[in-house]
Amino acid sequence: MTQTHTSQPLLAAQNLRVNYGEVQALTGASLTLKAGEICGLVGMNGSGKSTLFKAIMGVVPASGQVSIAGLAPAAARRQGLVSYVPQKEEIDFSFPLSVRDLVSQGRYGKLGITRRLRADDRQAVDQALARVGLTDLADRQIGQLSGGQRKRAFVARGLAQEAQLILLDEPFAGVDKSSENMLISLFKELRDAGAGILISTHDLANLADLADRAALLRQTILMEGPPRQVLAPENLVRAFGMDPLASPTRED
Amino acid sequence: MYEFFIEPLTYGFMARGLLVTLIAALVCALLSCWLVLMGWSLMGDAISHAVLPGVALAYILGAPFALGALVAALLAVTLIGAVSRQGRVKEDAAIGIVFTVMFALGLVLISVTPSQTDLHSIILGNVLGVSWADVAQIAALAAVVISLLLVKRRDLVLYAFDPGYTQAIGLRPALLSGLLLLALALTSVLALQIVGVVLVVALLVIPGSTARLLTDRFTSMLVISSAVSVTGAVTGFYLSYALDISAGGAVVLVLGFLFALAYLLAPGQGLISRKKKERTGA
Repeated sequence: MTQTHTSQPLLAAQNLRVNYGEVQALTGASLTLKAGEICGLVGMNGSGKSTLFKAIMGVVPASGQVSIAGLAPAAARRQGLVSYVPQKEEIDFSFPLSVRDLVSQGRYGKLGITRRLRADDRQAVDQALARVGLTDLADRQIGQLSGGQRKRAFVARGLAQEAQLILLDEPFAGVDKSSENMLISLFKELRDAGAGILISTHDLANLADLADRAALLRQTILMEGPPRQVLAPENLVRAFGMDPLASPTRED
Repeated sequence: MYEFFIEPLTYGFMARGLLVTLIAALVCALLSCWLVLMGWSLMGDAISHAVLPGVALAYILGAPFALGALVAALLAVTLIGAVSRQGRVKEDAAIGIVFTVMFALGLVLISVTPSQTDLHSIILGNVLGVSWADVAQIAALAAVVISLLLVKRRDLVLYAFDPGYTQAIGLRPALLSGLLLLALALTSVLALQIVGVVLVVALLVIPGSTARLLTDRFTSMLVISSAVSVTGAVTGFYLSYALDISAGGAVVLVLGFLFALAYLLAPGQGLISRKKKERTGA
């Protein structure tokens, strides 16, 4: 992965506002992410985490500014710089798609009009499958995988894409411990290779170990900084009016 | 055998009827796979009805049916979008309002048109009334739709599966959904001549749904859907000849029967195999 200009952030989102009808989902959220950095995005159910991802990708119309590796978002997307792992609720796991088909989608941006895979693409897909330990399950329909394997398959799609900015929406929800460990070490490898990773999560306990930085979101970024500082109980209480660790949280 | 299957085809109208039935069944079957996976069955229903005023106007003005249908489909999609964006009216209601009103406009246009016979066949289908010129038009439309779908099939599958990722990697979801709508409008024009506006949605939903029950692979789904659709269409076509019943009605009844078979008997997914699993506690 090539590092872009060192001085400029990989992702710079400024003053993002998104409204769904009369509901204000984001009210001026700003966030920057450097290459080679993992940032944990923490917020309660309905705090706008998924919306922030969608605004960065341009899926929902947002006012404000986004630049990715110094480019306009559309140009960055066309260059294949951005990858996205949706949360599990957004996916129909009975869809007639094999694990290999799914990972192959990571190559589509680089392919011709019919998206037929070439030899080097197939090699990249095989490597991605191997890195997440799914080589033996490559021909399974995606619904036949466990929760952790499913998430690994989606991460493999991002690997095959060789993206620089990776957005992961709740990658640890419904994931077993061994898959979680594998994902965490993969994310760190990717970061060390120069990728910027934005992870939304409820898994506050592990965030300090995983992330270089954390950001608290409630319709806007309330606070960002080193995870241990941001996730200190008094900050969480101040941000959410409660301690999320002390009560069961639900997913977005 | 000869008497039943081949002899009818010595009549030109029967041969033409069978040919267009096959073509329409095939196109509908392919499109059906994406519509079913996208959850666009209601949209299929809506567009196939909403083309009626466009087709009627095209008939009145002497323009190509496909052009009228495209304009009407585009108008329907725009109106559905505008009504559901208003906020309080949900999308399914918006679809219901727009397509029935447009269909009604089509009926009114037909009722004020002096020559009503041809237009009635638009509503109920008249597979035995097609001319060689119609066959040529249907074949051309079919070639366009099939090429579009097959060339962009991987993008369309990705879009149906994960629109967010489609956007993230720089493909254009809006373009792909436009492409499917275009295919839907063209396919509606082609299929309505066989089964009529009212029953087009059956050809757009049943083959794909049946295939969905029988396979976990998209490529097999395309093949099975086509097989189901062509079998249903040809069987229905001959039944209508042999029993002197409505061709469109017969085709859809056979398709319904094939779906019921798959629903009951599909390995793993069928009702019977699911009941068995429940009983053995697997």
